Formats: sequence, structure tokens, C-alpha cells
Amino acid sequence: MAKHKKLEDYRDQIEQCVKCGACQAHCPVFGEHKRESIVARGKVALAHALLNDEVKLDERLVEDMSKCLLCASCFDKCPNLVPTDEIVAAARREITEKQGLSSFGKVLTTVLKHPRLMNGLAKSGKAFSSLLFKKVPEQSGLRLRFPAPFVSRERSIPEIAAQPFRESHPEVIPGAEGKPTVSFFTGCMINYMYPEIGEALLKILKFMGVTVIIPQDQGCCGLPAISAGDGATVEELSRRNLAALSRHRVDAVLTACATCNEGIGRHFRHLEGDYATLAEKVVDMNVFLVRQGLDRLLAELPRKEVFQRVTYHDPCHLRTQGITKEPRALLKALPGVRFIEMEGADRCCGLGGTFSVYHYDTSKLIGARKAPGIEQSGADLVATACPGCMMQLQDTINHAGLKPRVIHLLELIARDLPA
Amino acid sequence: MDQRIIRILQEIVGKDQVTTERADLICYSYDATQQQYLPEVVVFPADAKEISLILKMANAEKIPVFPRGAGSGFTGGSLPTRGGIVLVTARMDKILRIDSENLVAEVEPGVVTEKFQQAVEKVGLFYPPDPASLKFSTLGGNVAECAGGPRCVKYGVTKDYILGLEVVTPQGDIIRTGGETMKGVVGYDLTKLMCGSEGTLGIITKIIIKLLPLPEARKTMLVLFDSIDGAARAVSAIIGGKIIPATLEFMDATTIDCVRKATGMQLPESAQAVLIIEVDGEREMLERQAQKILQIVEPLGVVETRVANTPAESEDIWKVRRLVSPSLRKVNPDKFNEDICVPRSRVPEMIRAVEAIAKQHAIPIVNFGHAGDGNIHVNVMIDKKVPGEQEKADQAIEEIFAAALKLGGTMSGEHGVGITKAPYIPMELDPAAVAYMKTIKQALDPNNILNPGKVLLD
Ligand SMILES: Cc1cc2nc3c(=O)[nH]c(=O)nc-3n(C[C@H](O)[C@H](O)[C@H](O)COP(=O)(O)OP(=O)(O)OC[C@H]3O[C@@H](n4cnc5c(N)ncnc54)[C@H](O)[C@@H]3O)c2cc1C
Ligand code: SF4
Ligand code: SF4
Repeated sequence: MAKHKKLEDYRDQIEQCVKCGACQAHCPVFGEHKRESIVARGKVALAHALLNDEVKLDERLVEDMSKCLLCASCFDKCPNLVPTDEIVAAARREITEKQGLSSFGKVLTTVLKHPRLMNGLAKSGKAFSSLLFKKVPEQSGLRLRFPAPFVSRERSIPEIAAQPFRESHPEVIPGAEGKPTVSFFTGCMINYMYPEIGEALLKILKFMGVTVIIPQDQGCCGLPAISAGDGATVEELSRRNLAALSRHRVDAVLTACATCNEGIGRHFRHLEGDYATLAEKVVDMNVFLVRQGLDRLLAELPRKEVFQRVTYHDPCHLRTQGITKEPRALLKALPGVRFIEMEGADRCCGLGGTFSVYHYDTSKLIGARKAPGIEQSGADLVATACPGCMMQLQDTINHAGLKPRVIHLLELIARDLPA
Repeated sequence: MDQRIIRILQEIVGKDQVTTERADLICYSYDATQQQYLPEVVVFPADAKEISLILKMANAEKIPVFPRGAGSGFTGGSLPTRGGIVLVTARMDKILRIDSENLVAEVEPGVVTEKFQQAVEKVGLFYPPDPASLKFSTLGGNVAECAGGPRCVKYGVTKDYILGLEVVTPQGDIIRTGGETMKGVVGYDLTKLMCGSEGTLGIITKIIIKLLPLPEARKTMLVLFDSIDGAARAVSAIIGGKIIPATLEFMDATTIDCVRKATGMQLPESAQAVLIIEVDGEREMLERQAQKILQIVEPLGVVETRVANTPAESEDIWKVRRLVSPSLRKVNPDKFNEDICVPRSRVPEMIRAVEAIAKQHAIPIVNFGHAGDGNIHVNVMIDKKVPGEQEKADQAIEEIFAAALKLGGTMSGEHGVGITKAPYIPMELDPAAVAYMKTIKQALDPNNILNPGKVLLD
């Protein structure tokens, strides 16, 4: 059975922290609130104190552990590879377990007593009150990401799709002989909110002759539940996804959502055994498409006279795996796109799983740091490779009153493919 | 701590800017030295006035105050060794002005070094001091430690760029030292006194900084030598040839081995030393300088050279240097990093002395650093969990200091004294000099409340 590591299991890694302080330069939350308890070094020190019974699991600690995007930007640059994101997630599980509640969010709401959070439904709140939202399963990360009464009214959120993506397609879509077979792990946001991204991927894979399997019984990737410290749900989702994704023999399991890639990729690797074996097959679609030579194919297409200026935002969950060149290679190759690099492309968007629900003000501040780069780039479109980032970036752009629209990179590719 | 004191502090800086919560006390109990001392209260003042009031109160109540920037110090300068108040400069993080006409800037002490460099580079100006911690250390901390970095061989250290300061004295007066001008000789040079004073003589609240025009371009080279002497002679020969590179970094054979083992990077087995040489200036000049350097070093046992032609290639070369620290952990888990400095020409003797010490105590010691200015990072690698190792390391470190002093050097080029080197001070400074310093400290801080016990033992 998939078993989570306890905080105690991280003791060695916690003790690897040499307190150099380098993480201060990389933690987006610390960038807004320069308190040591927020940065990775402080979190690790607190986790260590917790293990040694030097601090209590009190309200203050709950709040400290809530102030983390689980973006792994610190881990990415830590000379000693201290996985603070995982350590925080383990601490959250410990907290929910001890408090006997189902999610860290529930613990947190009792702690924060944030009047803002009680402001009622989000702007496009009808999405959540609508009958459509009822279709979203109880265990979906969307319910953790948008726990209805707590989402700030100011946030812009996409509508729930009339028909979920997976229900619109057969489980197997055959491709050409001799071409690879892949399964598509859609994740909740593509399935319920952005089915057009899934459609775009199908169009591209069809163009390339790839056989696509969309396991109908797959579930949420589990990352929002990890963020929410809900160990039991994560374990159940992991089991379910392993079963769903193991039913077919495939060359790769594709994700088009950076968060899902983390959820069934890096997270599964940690669970070892069959999970780790499956994780070896999990590939981000950018990487897959470049491996299949799509960038070269696209570059050979005749350039379009009318083009759009497009910049790219690096989702943390791809950037920290070193996936930064592939999406740019694809964008640069597109006949209808002129690619422009923006300043701060690698800065976190500020969403961070459930972080933005409970710390929307900070989340907005982190997001706002992206606005000057977006504006100065002069881009018409901001492309990215994660629906979560898309939602947050659009929110940032709306607040800053900027013109560009946010789009998933796959939609641009699908648009530029020959008919 | 007495609730009355907490209330006074709250009145001075505001309720939200004072904390006695256990979580915060833990989070401000360490720096990069990895030692731990719990403070009793942490405050986050906004300006010199608030700091002045805090220090006046601290004098009246005899409570020690420990200034802290980013807590990246390697010698424990910011550690609250006697409880009391940790005073964090994080909120004082504004760049007040950048004056392109007079090439000066004024900043608050909590500004992170790299943020400042980026801001001046945007307008074509240049702030050269580049400690490896520049992405997170503060300018206040840099001034207080007189931080240096690779570029110091050509451009000097932090103190060479400080024209003036605003300082809150240990007794709470607000004074200004130096000024805006490139020259100024009225009164004692208190600006220089404050540089490297490690938060013991006053709290820096504003810094006036001298800037240079940003060099147009740079060119990076990696040269591998078959002996440490070859590399050392190369350093002297390059400078003798009237070229001062912006950086002259070196790595010894053990370091090369670590990088090779940890990263699988292709570095020839015969290489006993590496120099990373970077020249900067006008673009046309650089090509010629690079060629001249390669000619100069050629007869000195060069195994291989790599010259970067693009920024990406230059980045690849610097990557070798940056991989050093992380790869050291493969040797042993605990590292004691000393930053001795000797006259440039005596670097090979120093390395040989360290090698002998390593052999005698049978512990790995890895050397790399700034060959151009003789500043060597000597890393004694041990496993603290193994009984006896700590004692061996302590012994080795003392011998390393002695060797550096014998060669006319110093036991710290950049990292300062803090608490970790304070016991060794008598090795380097004669008693009269120590007495002179103590007189200054006692006169300025009669109650010994500002960063007590640092630099000079009391
Ligand atoms: C990975 C790493 C690499 C490093 N590389 C280098 C290097 O290449 N070169 C180098 O020189 N150092 C280096 N250091 C050491 C350290 O970063 C420097 O000493 C730096 O200047 C400390 O700045 P800080 O803001 O972290 O200060 P802190 O560590 O917080 O404090 C350092 C000292 O300054 C005092 N202080 C801080 N702010 C003020 C103020 N406003 N007024 C008065 N006193 C003050 C403190 O009391 C303390 O004594 C490195 C450290 C690390 C962890
Ligand atoms: S960068 Fe890593 S080792 Fe350094 S303080 Fe942060 S977590 Fe610790
Ligand atoms: S995971 Fe992200 S938010 Fe959390 S401590 Fe690390 S850098 Fe900061």
C-alpha cells in the first residue's frame, strides 16, 4: 500500500540543512513577508524543533506551515537538496491527523478566522453553486482548491464545463501503425474547467499519429490533497490512479498540467514500488512532443504573415524539474507566433495549491510581481503549461488591468497545425 | 523577558514588529555558522529613530542587542549569544536613490546585495563587490563584515565602495560619517572604522555607495594546470604582465576530484589545479587580453584551456566553480570553512602547508578560492558524529591559522571574527593592538550592550 512518509522519516534530510540561508533568494512567500519562519530555512528549523518537542503543534505552527506554496523553488536551489516542500506537506499531515480533521484547510480556517474568507462566493461564483459543480467528485482537488464559502470574491475563476472532457471521448483513440501509444492523464482542471486544452492535445496527437488512451477511471492527481495535508485521500487517489493507469500498456503517460506531473510523477517516485515504476513513464507533454520531433516539424511549416507575440511563464513544477527549454522550443517553432522572453518568466505565479485560498492577499502580491514582466514584454498572449498557473496569471492580469490573454501552449500548437 | 520591556519595544516599533513567540525565537536563533542561541525577543524596526530609542532603552535596562541582516554570516556575528534582543533590518530595504551624475547611491541596510546590483546595472552602473552570498545577504551585513568576492582582485572589497554612513551609536545617538564626495578628510575616518566592525560599534542605518560605470563585456577562461605551482606562477605572471583580470579563482586537486566524482564532469586526471580567469572591459580589448593571458600561462604546465565565446559558455565555466560547495558533502558531512588570506606569491606554500596538516591529522582538507588576492577557502571536512573528529578538526584549524600567519597572512580575509574566531585573536594581533581596540569599544559602548562578546572576548 502507498504509505506516506512521516515527518520523522524526514529527520535526516531536515538535519542536512546547513542554515546557509540561500533559500531566502528563492522563496516567493518570503519575498513578500521577510520573516524567517516563512522561508525554507525557518520551516526546516521549526520542523526540527517539532520533532524534538521544542515547539508545540499550536495555532502559530499551523499558520507557519500554511504559508508555503509547495513550489519547491527552495529545493531546486538548495545546495544540500533539503526537500522543504515535502517536509511542509508531511508536517501538514501530522497536524491534520493530530487534530482529527480531514483537511489542513479545516484546521486552518479555525486558526485564521480570516474575515475575508467569509466573504462568500467567488466572482464567477455561479460556477460553484451551479448544478455543474455537483458533477465534480467529492475527492477532486477542485473542491480543495475552491472550498466554496472561502474563495475570495475578487478572484476570477473559469466556468465549469457543461460536459467534462473525459465524458466527451472514448477510452481509446487509435492512431497510426508504428507510432507510440500514450495514456493521457487529464487532471481535474482540464477535465472540468479547461476541456479545450484536452481537445488541443488530442488534435496534436492525432496529427502525429499517436494512439491515445484516456483511462475513464482516473481521478485527481492528489496534489491539492497533499497540499491540504489530507493523507488518507492522497493514498486513496494514488491507488486509484495506479490501477487506472496500469490497465493499458503504453509508451508514456502524458500530462498537460504541471501540477499533475508533480502529483503522479515526483510524488509517485517517492512512494516506490509499482508507483515508482509507473512514474518512470510519466512525461510532460512538452518533453514528449519535442522528443517526437514536433518542434522540427513545426519549424518547417510556412511562416504566417499575421503573427501574435507570445511570451511564456514557467510553472514551478516544470521549472524545478529542469523543463524550461522544451516549451520555448515549441513556441519558437510555431509559424503564427513570435516568441518574446519576459523578465521574471521563472517567478512563481503565487497559486500554490490551497495556499491562495487561505492567503489570497499574499498570493495576489506574489502574482503581481509577474505583471511588469508581462507588460514590458509587449506580448499579446502569455502561454504556459499548467491550468493552475493559467487561472492565477489571468487573475493577476485582470487585477493589473493588462491586455494580454493567458493561453495553454497546446492550444497555440493546435491552432497552427495544418488542417 | 519582562513584560514592561516588551511593552516599551511595542511602543517604539509597533505591536506587529515585536515578537516573543517561541517559533520566532527559534527562527532567529541561528546563522550560517549552524550554532544556536535563543533570543528573548525579536524586533523589526523601520528606521534610525526607532533603533535609537531601542538602544537608549537597552542601555538604561542593560539588555544586549544583536543586529542581524540576512543571517548568512559564517562566524556567528548575528547570534544572540546572551539572549536579549535580536534587531532585524529586514524592513529597512529601500534603495533611496541612484545618482548617475555623481556615480553614488544611497540605500538602507536591509537591501539585498544582488537587488542593488541589478538596480544600478539597469542604468549602466556597477557595484563590484560580489560575495558568493550576494543573492541573499544584505548590504548592511556586507559593510559590517567588509565582504569580498571573486572580483576583489581587480575591484577591491566592500569598504572600497563606502563613502559614508548613517549610524546609530551603541548609546543611541544618530550620526553621519563620511559623505557624498569622493574625497573628505575632516575628522577621523569613522566610515572605515565601521566597515568590518561586525555590529559591535554601531548599527548602520543608511549607506552611501560609490559606483563605477558598468564594463561593456566580459570574457571567461578555464585553465587546467599539472601542478599547483604552475597555477600560482600563472597568477603572478598574469599580474606581472600588467593585466588585472576581474577574477582569478582557483581550485586544488582535491576540489577537482570532488567535482569530478559528484557530477561526472569531464576534467582531465592530470589536472592538479584549475584557474578560472575572467577579464572585463571594452569588447575589442578583451580578445587581445585573453590571447595574451593564454600566451603568458602556456609555458607553466597547462593541461587544457577552455575559452568561452558566449555568455552560455561562460556560464558553463562558472558552473564548475559553483558545483564545488554542493559536491564537498560527498567527502564528509560536516565542513569547517576557514577563509585565510596570504600574500599572493605565497599561495603555493600555503597549499603545501595545508596538505601537510591534512596528512598529519588524516582528515580531508579541500582548498579553493580567490587566488588573485591570496584568499583561500580552506575546508576541513569531517564527520562530527565520529568521536574524536571534532578535536582533530579544531587542532588542524589552529595549525592552519598559524601557517597563514607565518606566511605573513591573516586568519580571515572576508568572513570576519564573530564568535568562532574570537578565541584565536591573540594569535594574530599583539596585546597592545587588542587593548587599543578594547578601549574604542569600551568608550563607545560603556554598558557593553551592542553585540557583546563578538570579535573581542570580554
Ligand atoms: C553560501 C555562503 C557564501 C558566502 N560567501 C561569502 C563570500 O564570498 N564573501 C564574503 O565576504 N562572505 C561570504 N559569506 C558570508 C556572509 O554572507 C557575509 O558575511 C555577509 O556579509 C553577511 O551578510 P548578512 O546580511 O547575512 O549579515 P548577518 O549574518 O545577519 O550579520 C553579519 C554581521 O553583521 C552585523 N550586521 C548586520 N547588519 C548590520 C547593520 N545594519 N549594522 C551593523 N551591523 C550589522 C551583524 O551583527 C553580524 O555581526 C557567505 C555566506 C554563505 C552562507
Ligand atoms: S538553502 Fe537549503 S541548506 Fe541552505 S538554509 Fe535553505 S534549506 Fe537549509
Ligand atoms: S516550497 Fe516554495 S513557498 Fe514553500 S518554502 Fe520552498 S520556496 Fe518557499
